Amino acid sequence: MSKELIRLADCGMRFDGETVLHDINLYINDSEFLTLLGPSGCGKTTTLKIIGGFLTPTHGDVLFDGVRINDVPPHQRQVNTVFQKYALFPHLDVYDNIAFGLRMARPKLSRKEIDTRVMDMLEVVSLKGFEHRGVTSLSGGQQQRVAIARALVNRPKVLLLDEPLAALDLRLRKDMQQELKRIQQQMGITFIYVTHDQEEALAMSDTVVVMDSGRIQQIGTPEDIYNEPKNAFVADFIGESNIVDGFMRSDFQVEVNGRRFDCLDKGFSVNEPVDVVIRPEDIDIVSPEQGKLVGTVTSVTFKGMMYDMIVDFRGFKWLIQTTDHSPVGSRIGIKIDPDGIHVMAKSEYSGMFGDYSSFSEEYDELDDASVVLEEEENGDEE
Amino acid sequence: MKNKLSRFSIPYVIWMALFVVAPIIMVVIYAFSSADGRFTVENFLQMSSYAVVFARSFKLALIATLICLLIGYPISYFISKEGIRFQQVAMVLIMLPMWMNFLLRTYSWMSILENNGLLNQFFQQTGIINLYNSIAAHFAADPTAYEPIAFFQMIDTQGAVVLGMVYNYLPFMILPIYSVIGKMDHSLLEAARDLGANSANVFRRVILPLSLPGVLSGITMVFVPAVSTFAISTMLGGGTKLLLGDLIEQQFLGGSYNPHLGAAISLVMMIIVVVCMLIMNKFGEGEEQAVIL
Repeated sequence: MSKELIRLADCGMRFDGETVLHDINLYINDSEFLTLLGPSGCGKTTTLKIIGGFLTPTHGDVLFDGVRINDVPPHQRQVNTVFQKYALFPHLDVYDNIAFGLRMARPKLSRKEIDTRVMDMLEVVSLKGFEHRGVTSLSGGQQQRVAIARALVNRPKVLLLDEPLAALDLRLRKDMQQELKRIQQQMGITFIYVTHDQEEALAMSDTVVVMDSGRIQQIGTPEDIYNEPKNAFVADFIGESNIVDGFMRSDFQVEVNGRRFDCLDKGFSVNEPVDVVIRPEDIDIVSPEQGKLVGTVTSVTFKGMMYDMIVDFRGFKWLIQTTDHSPVGSRIGIKIDPDGIHVMAKSEYSGMFGDYSSFSEEYDELDDASVVLEEEENGDEE
Repeated sequence: MKNKLSRFSIPYVIWMALFVVAPIIMVVIYAFSSADGRFTVENFLQMSSYAVVFARSFKLALIATLICLLIGYPISYFISKEGIRFQQVAMVLIMLPMWMNFLLRTYSWMSILENNGLLNQFFQQTGIINLYNSIAAHFAADPTAYEPIAFFQMIDTQGAVVLGMVYNYLPFMILPIYSVIGKMDHSLLEAARDLGANSANVFRRVILPLSLPGVLSGITMVFVPAVSTFAISTMLGGGTKLLLGDLIEQQFLGGSYNPHLGAAISLVMMIIVVVCMLIMNKFGEGEEQAVIL
């Protein structure tokens, strides 16, 4: 689990004078499930294609087991890819699709060996009995399994997956997440997974790499990324966050909306302006007299497990997730435990995210940062 | 299949009845009747003497189709790999000759291929004829008896007929193949490379089988007109070695006026072509479906 397998050293990529990847540094361990997460156009697919050998970085090195592989073509790499739209060969049946890579193998494999491996793989992806079906007659989920089997049957050291579940419906996607994780653990190989779906990334990964505009924003375990986001972009992209302006009055003391809160963060200079992240589920509702801050409920949406409430604190609107219903218009107080507050240094992303003034029902479907940006610009009330 | 015809289809039904079904019925009636209008199979029995014409027509059309395929496939393949701008220009250039009159194009070939035509003048000017003569004299069994030639015989040969067919029908081969290869999903090629296929294997195992439907329709679109052509063979072939098209034309317009025999020949030719196409489609069935889906 700890041996380094792939390293990208200062890898950059330019297309037509436009930089799509700025000096990426990343290492990937053996048997790791690593996810490249980010909005479209963030460079995650470019990174994947560099590892797969379909793109050669403009500068920097790609190392595989310590050997530079910049110029090794895809068919000579111990890496296989599951493509976004599966890219199954329509003129071949399920069996021949899976056997494709084995038939290309040099030295040649015997017919019997190929047959055994294809059949074993069909078992792994639960498609026994489908070997002579045409791939176009399969459902999306089944095609997905064929694509995975076709890649894994070659026993690659690394499997690259380019948004493999994007075309599936929600139920199937959840099932396939479990399935992929199981296959990865069963085969014990490295998965590099590209997605823009943060839930998917958190649920499956050992390591998440959050990317935006060609740069790595943060690398960490799903817990790190969620609990300790490095900047406003990461905080906003991973889950829902209220990101508010604050001042660090001293170590473990942050001031928000004119009130001081205890927190667990230190190491900032006194009175340094900071971004403060408060997750909607970390806010406790109390009576107005007991509350550190008092605000007015402006909207309530029933979400099944809990209510989404938008609460107005002196013109700045926060999202609060709670199981206690408070009617629209009521005054409520809030309390936040020290571990519910996360302080971040100011960054280029400060002030761009985490404001629920322009709240709409669809907020959790906005997975594209550019759309979010537009919304922020248009709906900014400050 | 079961649903009733919509009334919007009535014009097309009338059209097809008038211009497709009726002519075929007339051809059949003519083929099975004699000049005085009685039923007969005599026309078909008579045809055996023209077996050599059938054989020649199919042979030349087959050669022309094969050459079109050998030239057309690589052209389509390489054009589809270029940028969009180049593709557009190339396609216009390929179709441009088709916008000119067919007879005019074939006449042009006559003046190029004639014994004192452009090509032979070029060979004379550049000394290629003399070079050929000296080489031929050197290798001749009796060099003193070698008669030097003044020109290459190009017009009035079967080669010229094939050339005419290839020139005229090549776009019909290129267009369908190009459109199939051009529409091919690029990620399929990436997937093949990813699975260990080198360039040759990507072509052989993915591009070629997936382009088969285009190849099949290209073959059909070249072979069918080539086998029944008559202008090309009279103009470039000298009219001495008849092709099916010439033979049929003679029965209707020429000296040996016999529309009943002409109809019978047409019918037999049509049946042979249809059988050929059926066999071909059977052969390419799986691939065709694959691309449609």
